Amino acid sequence: MATITPRVNQELLARDRSAARRNTLITNVTLFLMALPGIAMLFVFNYLPLYGLVIAFKDYRFAKGIWGSEWVGFNNFRFIFGAGMGWRITGNTVFYNLLFIFSGLVGALLLALLVNEIHRNRMARVYQAMSFLPHFVSWVVVGIFANFFLRSDGGVVAKLLLALGQDRIVFYQSPQYWPAIMVVINLWKGVGFGSIVYLTGMMGIDEEYYEAASIDGANRWQQIWFITLPLLMPLIITLTLLQLGGIFRGNLEMFVQMVGNNPLLYPTTDIIDTFVFRSLLNLGNLGMAGAASLFQSVVGLVMLLATNYTVKKLREDQALY
Amino acid sequence: MTSNIRSQRVMQLAEFTTKSFIHAFLLIVGLLCILPMILVVSYSLSDDVLIAERGISLIPQGFNLYSYEFIFTFPEQVIRSYGVTILISALGTGGGLLVSSLLGYALSRTYFKMRGTLVLYCVITMLFNAGLVPTYLVVKTMLQLHKIPWLVLTLPTMIMPFYVMMFRSHFAGLPHEILESARIDGAGEWRLFFNIAFPLSKPWLATIGLMYILKYWNEWIPAMLYVENAKWYPLQYLLQVMMRNVQALEAMIQAVGTQVKIPGPSLRMAMVVVAAGPAMFVFMLLQRYFIRGITSGAVKG
Repeated sequence: MATITPRVNQELLARDRSAARRNTLITNVTLFLMALPGIAMLFVFNYLPLYGLVIAFKDYRFAKGIWGSEWVGFNNFRFIFGAGMGWRITGNTVFYNLLFIFSGLVGALLLALLVNEIHRNRMARVYQAMSFLPHFVSWVVVGIFANFFLRSDGGVVAKLLLALGQDRIVFYQSPQYWPAIMVVINLWKGVGFGSIVYLTGMMGIDEEYYEAASIDGANRWQQIWFITLPLLMPLIITLTLLQLGGIFRGNLEMFVQMVGNNPLLYPTTDIIDTFVFRSLLNLGNLGMAGAASLFQSVVGLVMLLATNYTVKKLREDQALY
Repeated sequence: MTSNIRSQRVMQLAEFTTKSFIHAFLLIVGLLCILPMILVVSYSLSDDVLIAERGISLIPQGFNLYSYEFIFTFPEQVIRSYGVTILISALGTGGGLLVSSLLGYALSRTYFKMRGTLVLYCVITMLFNAGLVPTYLVVKTMLQLHKIPWLVLTLPTMIMPFYVMMFRSHFAGLPHEILESARIDGAGEWRLFFNIAFPLSKPWLATIGLMYILKYWNEWIPAMLYVENAKWYPLQYLLQVMMRNVQALEAMIQAVGTQVKIPGPSLRMAMVVVAAGPAMFVFMLLQRYFIRGITSGAVKG
């Protein structure tokens, strides 16, 4: 018996090995077939358009197509930035994103801290659910809501100002109010959503820290200041850095629905994305739209790589890739 | 001893006051969050004339259902748009889940030789985006997808690299022993995926599926860019077009000064309720799945 067994095992092993070799080929082909639909879609809708970016250097005409249209070098870029428009839309995009990141962080943290203080209470879930609700509202409906509040004839805010004896403000003709309006809308729509990540982080903090602190006589404020916030700092920094990575990408849906195509408000509400959208749909100037898009993608890539590099240095597991 | 008890009482009182303030503050924040919804519902049930006189309130003024009756006198377009939205949400979500979970599964297998290359292939699309115009050109002039409305409304945004990565890290975390023992028993990759990995991922499919549904349900840019026939307007785009038309009509009437009766603001608000209300209610009920999506989204592989 003892002499036979090794020989049988040898045969089995050899058979196993060839089967394994066949299996790896079959397995790899199968896995590739599984990946194929997704890979193909990414190719068509993410890689193929890259070729279309050459229109940034062309005077694009629909009739002539991408190849047939004339090369114009950097004319499109010169046109956008020469008139100062490029700087305006870039500045607005970055400005709004910084406002949104900062206000969103403060709002979400504050909400999370307060909910965390009463998280044993049954009402905590109710408040959370209420603040989360705007997340489900489409931007189309948000735009209608905003119009309902801001319109000068019978809008809720107009009525309120009238009741307070203030002058009438025509919001849709006064660009100076829009940064504040957009911050409020952004907070309204996103604060409940944003607070959940931080709340989860707070729930993960060991109770023992707080017990030890309260034995040492720390009150709740001190506990928040010296325990909760420092322990949450890595999460805050990571999320903020990841958001900073997208600082050149504007929220097209939000700006289109809130402002519409309103030249009076361009000075403070025109961002790269709305400019591209308008160039495509209203002006039909695809070369210019392509140039703005390409500029956005390139600076966006640099920004993403930089922030992701930083995140990677700080926290390996939280990096985007 | 007494002073000790007294100070304890003071502390309890202080804590009670703080907690009450927190509750009050959170209640106000919560109410502010749902205030627009309440006002719109109230407006849609109100009498336009009374609103114009007294202003809007939380409780409907001169309660009536005329606006809803008006909408349901000619419900064809609304019902059609509901159908379109439901169709593209179902197709887009089903397709998106299948395609991205398959890709995520393949990318999670350590023995897959092309894994590294294909992961990079996916990550690049997250980092660099050609933008709206080149995509528009590919869809419209190169592929002419806009001739098939249901396809153009679903396919271009069906694969989301971020969700692929979520699936990938989830599948990578499945208990190795289960899949390995099935493999030794002779199960191929398709069987491993459909009979083991897929059923083990139900919570994830639910969470990512809901994110897909929310995305497709609220989407309007593809419709604006590609859909020419009003028969294929999804709900959100229909809403937008109707609002724009009513505004144009109002401006025209103001300019001309005729006495034509146009649908009042309450009708518009009723449109918003009919178009957005039911889905929002459903999303609200399924909130906890969304919450899981956010909290697990931070964990990547």
